[in-house]
Amino acid sequence: MKKNWAKLTIFFSTIAMLTGCKPLMVLDPKGPQAQTQAKDIMLSISIMSFIILVVFVMLAYMLVKYRASKQSKDYKPPYIKGSAVVESICVGIPVLIIAFLSIVSVQSNNKVESIPKGYEHEKPLIIYATSSDWKWHFSYPEENIETVNYLYIPTDRPLEFKLYSDGPITSFWIPQLGGQKYAMSDMVTTLNLVADVPGEYMGRNANFSGKGFAENTFDVKAMPESNFEEWVKDVKKTAKPLTKDKFTELLEPGHLGQLTFTGTHLKYLPPKTGENGGHNHSSSDVPKNSNNEHADHMNH
Amino acid sequence: MNFFDRFAIPHPNIAIYASMVAIGMTVIAIIAGLTYFKKWGYLWREWLTTVDHKRIGIMYLLSALLMLFRGGVDAIMMRAQTAVPDNTLLDAQHYNEVFTTHGIVMIIFMAMPFIYALMNFVVPLQIGARDVAFPRLNALSFWLFFMGAMLFNISFVIGGSPDAGWTSYFPLAGNKLSESVGTNYYMIALQIAGLGTLLSGINFITTILKMRAPGITLMKMPIFTWSALTANAIVVFAFPVLTVALLMGTMDRLFGTNFFTTTNGGMDMLWANLFWVWGHPEVYILILPAFGVYSEIISTFARRNLYGYKSMVVSMVIISFLSFLVWTHHFFTMGQGALTNSIFSITTMAIGIPTGIKIFNWLLTLWKGKIDFTVPMLYSVGFIPIFTIGGVTGVMLGMSAADYQYHNTMFLVAHFHYTIIPGVVFAMIAGLTYWWPKMFGFMLNERIGKWAFWFIAISFNVTFFPMFFAGLNGQARRMYTYSTSTGFGPLNLLSFIGAIGLAVGFGLLVYNIYYSFRYASRNISSDPWDARSLEWATHNPVPAYNFAIIPEADSIEAFWDAKQKGSSLFKGEYKKIHMPNNSGVPFIMSCLIFTWGFSFVFSMWIPVVITTLGVFVCMAHRSFEIDHGHYISVEEIEETENELRGA
Amino acid sequence: MMKIDNSLPLEYKTEQNQINILGFWIFLGAEIMLFGTLFASYFTLVNRTGNGPTGAEIFEITPVLIETIVLLTSSFIIGLGIHAMRLGKKTAVMIFFAITLLLGLVFLSFEISEFVHYVHIGAGLQTSAFTAILLTTLGIHGAHVTLGFFWGLFIILQIKKRGLTPEIANKSFIFSLYWHFLDVVWIFIFSFVYLKGMM
Repeated sequence: MKKNWAKLTIFFSTIAMLTGCKPLMVLDPKGPQAQTQAKDIMLSISIMSFIILVVFVMLAYMLVKYRASKQSKDYKPPYIKGSAVVESICVGIPVLIIAFLSIVSVQSNNKVESIPKGYEHEKPLIIYATSSDWKWHFSYPEENIETVNYLYIPTDRPLEFKLYSDGPITSFWIPQLGGQKYAMSDMVTTLNLVADVPGEYMGRNANFSGKGFAENTFDVKAMPESNFEEWVKDVKKTAKPLTKDKFTELLEPGHLGQLTFTGTHLKYLPPKTGENGGHNHSSSDVPKNSNNEHADHMNH
Repeated sequence: MNFFDRFAIPHPNIAIYASMVAIGMTVIAIIAGLTYFKKWGYLWREWLTTVDHKRIGIMYLLSALLMLFRGGVDAIMMRAQTAVPDNTLLDAQHYNEVFTTHGIVMIIFMAMPFIYALMNFVVPLQIGARDVAFPRLNALSFWLFFMGAMLFNISFVIGGSPDAGWTSYFPLAGNKLSESVGTNYYMIALQIAGLGTLLSGINFITTILKMRAPGITLMKMPIFTWSALTANAIVVFAFPVLTVALLMGTMDRLFGTNFFTTTNGGMDMLWANLFWVWGHPEVYILILPAFGVYSEIISTFARRNLYGYKSMVVSMVIISFLSFLVWTHHFFTMGQGALTNSIFSITTMAIGIPTGIKIFNWLLTLWKGKIDFTVPMLYSVGFIPIFTIGGVTGVMLGMSAADYQYHNTMFLVAHFHYTIIPGVVFAMIAGLTYWWPKMFGFMLNERIGKWAFWFIAISFNVTFFPMFFAGLNGQARRMYTYSTSTGFGPLNLLSFIGAIGLAVGFGLLVYNIYYSFRYASRNISSDPWDARSLEWATHNPVPAYNFAIIPEADSIEAFWDAKQKGSSLFKGEYKKIHMPNNSGVPFIMSCLIFTWGFSFVFSMWIPVVITTLGVFVCMAHRSFEIDHGHYISVEEIEETENELRGA
Repeated sequence: MMKIDNSLPLEYKTEQNQINILGFWIFLGAEIMLFGTLFASYFTLVNRTGNGPTGAEIFEITPVLIETIVLLTSSFIIGLGIHAMRLGKKTAVMIFFAITLLLGLVFLSFEISEFVHYVHIGAGLQTSAFTAILLTTLGIHGAHVTLGFFWGLFIILQIKKRGLTPEIANKSFIFSLYWHFLDVVWIFIFSFVYLKGMM
């Protein structure tokens, strides 16, 4: 069984080599949400490694020391019922570990669901991300522009992504900026992200949605605010308006390249909220549409 | 021709056509063989109409091994397709069908029957009973499972495979986005098999509570039997949830209802919730009997009693209970907010605690033992470190904020394979090897078995460990391909190499069965491992009535203690033994249900109505039936016992 | 196995009888989960009426009250039937069972006409998520009652032919458990579907 040790060492080193010595995306955060998550991941890896080590060491010890070939022929193993003390330790230490991780988890949950610390007083940039088979439509309602399959975002500014879907459940994910969240057809979910560092990042749908799922990706480019403003101005000057017909055409199942428009799709495919369709779970502001959660309750 | 159009495959390819031919030829070969060797009568009398738990267990076992082959082929195809970037071995549609089938087959049609094979064969023997509480129902459970499996398995050659993932989320699984009948097969085959499982749940709980031999109190039961009790308790409370979910899914697809649609109030999230309220307990249904197997094997081959029997029992009860309180961790990212996620994050991580105590108790069972590295023992000690990796990554996934990064990535795929394969599959192979001599009267070859173990254990890690890294690097699950620029190539190639190793290992397993069947000595002891529990106190082969005299036990390891003391567990005289009669009704009823299911899948309503009536006729027949079984006379018992003792 | 314990009521007298009754209680546990899931889904979907009507708009108190009284009475009657069974009164048992089943039929006929009415006023199975879960919950309960009707009928026929053996007493008792269970489920339906919906 000592062979297991050697094997593990080989694995770890091989894999380190195979990832090309570039840090793994999730562990290479470029924003505070991803930072929180990466920290939690590294913390849990270290604690879990400790547990794995204990189990491996105990196992190796038992197997080496008590294997039959090492014992005398007529050795009769004793009857050992168990010990309340030992059991308490074996339960107690995991309880402490889980309690600690629970506290960390609850704190992080609240962090990733809200605007990151330091950015609470800034005005968030609201972007509606809508998935349709198998592309992403991004509406910037305040700037009144729309992109397909790519995102330009300013750094150091809170981003409030409003997610929903025209069709199957999808998941909006930019690993280096933060975790993912589902986009569904009967409610709007909210994802708060911030990009600290300018650069180009991968984004993709992480929830299987059929034939075109694998290619359901989008590019993200984070740039300083001034550059972003310039880009918006540029788009308003040069891009064509998004007509209803054009948008209906875009919704057809298939893959599209990167497209840019003025105007948004929000009036053609408004996010569904309200009693008959659904309701909004997000912690942020009440949706723009007529029905809201409070109106629902008044109908009783 | 229009009528037959519906059976056409929507997305044919060469492999599917080849399979059609292979299936057809196999069916013909089986029918021809049975006819030529005049074995129809034998088949009907000994297997199709049996209500004997041992025979039923063997039928479950054969089915599970067959399904392991199918699921394994699916896996190889998947790993081959993703071994290199932009591969064209399988296109997206076929890849989607393959991973959907792989998941369903492995969980519902391989792992479930495997645990029921072992529970069926072993539990009545371990508690000193002659059969389960409801033998007729037991047969029905098996045939329902079998028909569900057969129905599901013909989908890819008639009508088309489901392709929405084993989780079949709506609206993807709805009519609009999954047009073929594939998802109908999913809804209906799982419903049929699920019904069989539910009936087994009731059967085993009643058996264990009511039919233990004198002296075997609950806290003196063998630990495997305890694991069966807790697992079946979960079955009784979890499977009805699946029943409702599948019913709603069927109605949405076939009757135009709006449970999970995107219009008229439909709620796609409801499917996800209902599926996982069943789905999470399901994985604990699988793992608890596996834990039971490990407890028996580790104890036997360390030549020591199980350390901490009481806490082992309590931990399984707690796990059963907690398993119902964690389901939301399967969709932390579905937008329910920090409070809900926090609650389920805590309950999820909490389940690691009773599981952890079991790992430590197994380690302490090895302490001061005399460890014999037989094949079952190898799997068991291999399980401990590998499963621990799976378990701790589960705790990692339970931290919901971090899960926002792990969810639906290869990290998740690695986690659940790191728990299911060393957890359930290793246990099933170990249990199979361990109880094989009791089932079939000969031992599996140790040398081949050890080669198989090493191939499987090492290849498993080579296959799945890289996936943790691929997931953290942005590779989502269920992706049929990826581009070179993503950098996922080398890790996936490593997984493929591992998969080949796994194929070799499982191939050796099958070879072992063939080789041992041909060459192994049939002249073995009825207790070849020098084991500790009551099932080993029977003859080889186990007679139909199990025990000539019901044993009297007074300790947890009554058989072991009797061996040490030189005393006998069987006191008293032979008395005539009451046994249930065989019956063809479970098989016939299940054939009707298969036809019902097939007709339902294709919306052929007249056959549906006719077969429904047929099923009710079977049930009415059962109600009016007077069947008090038969008695085995004392003379017959004496004869059998003398024969077996002499052998 | 066929040892008869005369200190216990007729339905428990043999070991197989006791096993059957325990098995059936466990089955009822599964049924509780089944209906529990339906109720949980009902509460989740009750307001998702899409373009269709709400409960308040379609429920009518009179037929529902009649259904409730009929079913509760039938439960009482079968209680009398089991009591008569323990006293060994074969004819009384058959009569009480027959009345129970007859009341069951009355319940079913009201429910069927209720369904037909809903379809006519545009609250059919396909109208909305709410109507789907409403009709499915009511329908599954009704299907259970229908199955029970035939099961009870077969038991009456067996009592007539074979008398009150321990085996038949066992079957009758288990049937009564089933029937009482359906009654309990109906009380929940009456309270949380109809009454709450009409408030």
